[in-house]
Amino acid sequence: MDFTLKIWRQKNAKAKGKFATYKINGISDSSSFLEMLDVVNEQQVIKGEDPIVFDHDCREGICGACSLYINGRPHGPDDAVTTCQLHMRKFKDGDTIVIEPWRSKAFPVIRDLMVDRQAFDKIIQAGGFISVNTGGIPDANAILIPKENADSSMDAAACIGCGACVAACKNASAMLFVAAKVSHLALLPQGKAEATRRVQAMVAKMDELGFGNCTNTGACEAECPKEISIDNIARMNREYLGAKIGAQKDKVSGGGF
Amino acid sequence: MTKLNSKIPQGPVATKWSSYKDHIALVNPSNKRKLDIIVVGTGLAGASAAASLGALGFKVKAFCYQDSPRRAHSIAAQGGINASKNYQNDGDSVYRLFYDTIKGGDYRAREGNVYRLAEVSGSIIDQSVALGVPFAREYGGLLDNRSFGGAQVSRTFYARGQTGQQLLLGAYSAMSRQVSLGNVESYTRHEMLDVVIIDGRARGIIARNLVTGEIERHSAHAVVLATGGYGNVFFLSTNAMGSNATAIWKAYKKGAFFGNPCFTQIHPTCIPVHGDFQSKLTLMSESLRNDGRIWVPKRKEDVEALRHNKMKPKDIAEENRDYYLERRYPAFGNLVPRDVASRAAKERCDAGFGVGETGLAVYLDFADSIKRLGRNVIEERYGNLFQMYQKIVDENPYENPMMIYPAVHYTMGGLWVDYDLMSTVKGLFVAGEANFSDHGANRLGASALMQGLADGYFVLPYTIQNYLADQINVPRFKTDLPEFIESEKQVKASLQQLFDVKGTKTVDHFHRQLGKIMWEYVGMARNKEGLQKAITMIREVRAEFWKDVKITGEFNEVNPELEKAGRVADFLELGELMAIDALNREESCGGHFREEYQTPEGEALRNDDDYMYVAAWEYNGDSKEPILNKESLEYEAIEVKQRNYK
Repeated sequence: MDFTLKIWRQKNAKAKGKFATYKINGISDSSSFLEMLDVVNEQQVIKGEDPIVFDHDCREGICGACSLYINGRPHGPDDAVTTCQLHMRKFKDGDTIVIEPWRSKAFPVIRDLMVDRQAFDKIIQAGGFISVNTGGIPDANAILIPKENADSSMDAAACIGCGACVAACKNASAMLFVAAKVSHLALLPQGKAEATRRVQAMVAKMDELGFGNCTNTGACEAECPKEISIDNIARMNREYLGAKIGAQKDKVSGGGF
Repeated sequence: MTKLNSKIPQGPVATKWSSYKDHIALVNPSNKRKLDIIVVGTGLAGASAAASLGALGFKVKAFCYQDSPRRAHSIAAQGGINASKNYQNDGDSVYRLFYDTIKGGDYRAREGNVYRLAEVSGSIIDQSVALGVPFAREYGGLLDNRSFGGAQVSRTFYARGQTGQQLLLGAYSAMSRQVSLGNVESYTRHEMLDVVIIDGRARGIIARNLVTGEIERHSAHAVVLATGGYGNVFFLSTNAMGSNATAIWKAYKKGAFFGNPCFTQIHPTCIPVHGDFQSKLTLMSESLRNDGRIWVPKRKEDVEALRHNKMKPKDIAEENRDYYLERRYPAFGNLVPRDVASRAAKERCDAGFGVGETGLAVYLDFADSIKRLGRNVIEERYGNLFQMYQKIVDENPYENPMMIYPAVHYTMGGLWVDYDLMSTVKGLFVAGEANFSDHGANRLGASALMQGLADGYFVLPYTIQNYLADQINVPRFKTDLPEFIESEKQVKASLQQLFDVKGTKTVDHFHRQLGKIMWEYVGMARNKEGLQKAITMIREVRAEFWKDVKITGEFNEVNPELEKAGRVADFLELGELMAIDALNREESCGGHFREEYQTPEGEALRNDDDYMYVAAWEYNGDSKEPILNKESLEYEAIEVKQRNYK
């Protein structure tokens, strides 16, 4: 198969980027999208030109490193896959393919198609955990968890932190990412104890880092490679509202002394 | 003659670890704050170590080459994690898990370490549940278990097909909490390029910031390497693209011995290679062998007809199919251990009965199970795997059998460590897949996750404390010491050397060449002549690499070609050591199969009299052969037997 690629090139965070056009011929339809880019890069190196920089690692759809905006869609035209699982048979011979990085204020471009997603780590550090140290833990079967809750928690925990939700959102909101973590932990008895504090801390950090607001367009859910449901956002809003009301109550009762 | 002291505590195997814990030296909380520990790698072993050491109060710096600690390749483990909880009341115990692991490893692992692994396995499950890992549950709310290869009990805990992901996210969240508390500093997009040794002890690392290209010096009182395995020596493997051996290889060159480098696990059920531009291989979980039957055609004319699309696999009559695992191993059938299943597939394909375009594939057929159980049941059990297969291969595995072929998956070998998980360099600890310790010559399914977390959560917090107890008065190290300056100078010089070659061929070109040699001669079946040939060929490719490799771009910028070049330069040396080790080991055991040493039926033939030892290789300069040190293995709690799966 032959393709024309229009790829975003940007030397570094400060440089001005622009699209460059590349022709690539003789690609097997069973190649993955990233293998196709590998071929382009081999040619670039042989010509003595800088290869196209993009994030990737496991190439089996689970590490969350790969992150391309392909023909206007995060992770390209197939549903429920990451870019590394996208295959060239999903395109037509002779197609022109436009490839851009995630675009969001909170994910600045590092180089070409590679962006800085440390903001996600910072949100997790703000509260995306259960506060236990190693050891001194009761037996794993000491607390029963209904299968339905464990399953719903797992549905939310399947998030790979790739950032497609942010890239898909016109407001560059990180609500689906945050909501997935809040739901995953709030649905388990182990995570319940500090659920109130967690949701407030994570939402505050998300706002601080420059992610936009949620206006319920559902684009995040539609583009999520792991099909994380937007229901999680509703659950997070409930948790958040509950936390706010709880906090006010605390203040009132506190003032009574 | 041996320089190795494994420091196994005295006493019966069942009390070694508790007695060790009772007698180690401790560091009080106010002194822990004054001690720094570097952890390189943030997979299961690294993240759990960083979290646990940080929680104790040590000051930890955690490094990873990925853009987030959460992306380390532990994330890709599918099937599950073993633990001897005996929740199923099916007769499991610490001893039984210990026994199965030693036997599965073909009696080439150390008893003391493996017993400890089995002993702490239950705590890993407790810890992970407390951290919010959503393991599969039964309707009553209790944890569910499944069975895995090499065991007669159900002791595998799982979170759908994403157990590694969930366990890693648990460890990552614990580490993130320590970051927020100021006990752990996280350095992402950093690659370790050397270990710094001061007065015989590991006291820091040199790392390259992969965004700015800057070479940085970091000091500490102790260094932990948790950098994973080296399967990417083979170019094509199920490892992540970035998985590399550089950290352990640099440590080897600074005096850490390398244990059993030739012990490689080839996983039988991977999606076959599709073409020359393939970049990596995808695993299909071992659990599929529970309901799938493996076969190839009996007749060469059917092989030809299939290859030319003149017939479909389902057109081949039952009597013309060779269910070769069921034929050769009637007792275990399709559920023989990984090494046995892989070799059998290779044997059929080498004999000309392989299917698919390349002839390097066998069928994994679910037709009988679908007939017996119904499509719904199969869909419920393996739906996500079938979907993944269909996305990659574009064939419906409910209608046509899957095509599979073995691929490199895990390396049992790694840096030699003692009972404390300390290498032959004082203060340099090695955890998880990066060390050689627990799996002998073959690892059982669902045991890698167990070992990584055992090392990080429950072993290192004790052993590192014991090591640091007499160093509470050693002040923090400055990074302008001559050892740091010298080490940085060497790192810069070798990177510059790569640029200076200014050749004509890409890094991947050489990596592919190396991979082909390794797969052909140091892969599933090895022999003396082939290994000797491999050593010569690897040396040639290496020489060619240093004459003709081409790297674009600059030093001080994001430069993936430079990163790859450094890693491949190390693989080109490690590959030779693997071949040397395989040549030395004149026996077959576990994943190491020497064609000269097999039973008349074609099974692995161990030589316990001469080779019941760990081969720990010592670096002896670039132009000299490495020195072989032997740690002999003694079995006190277990009777050594020949493995038999017939």
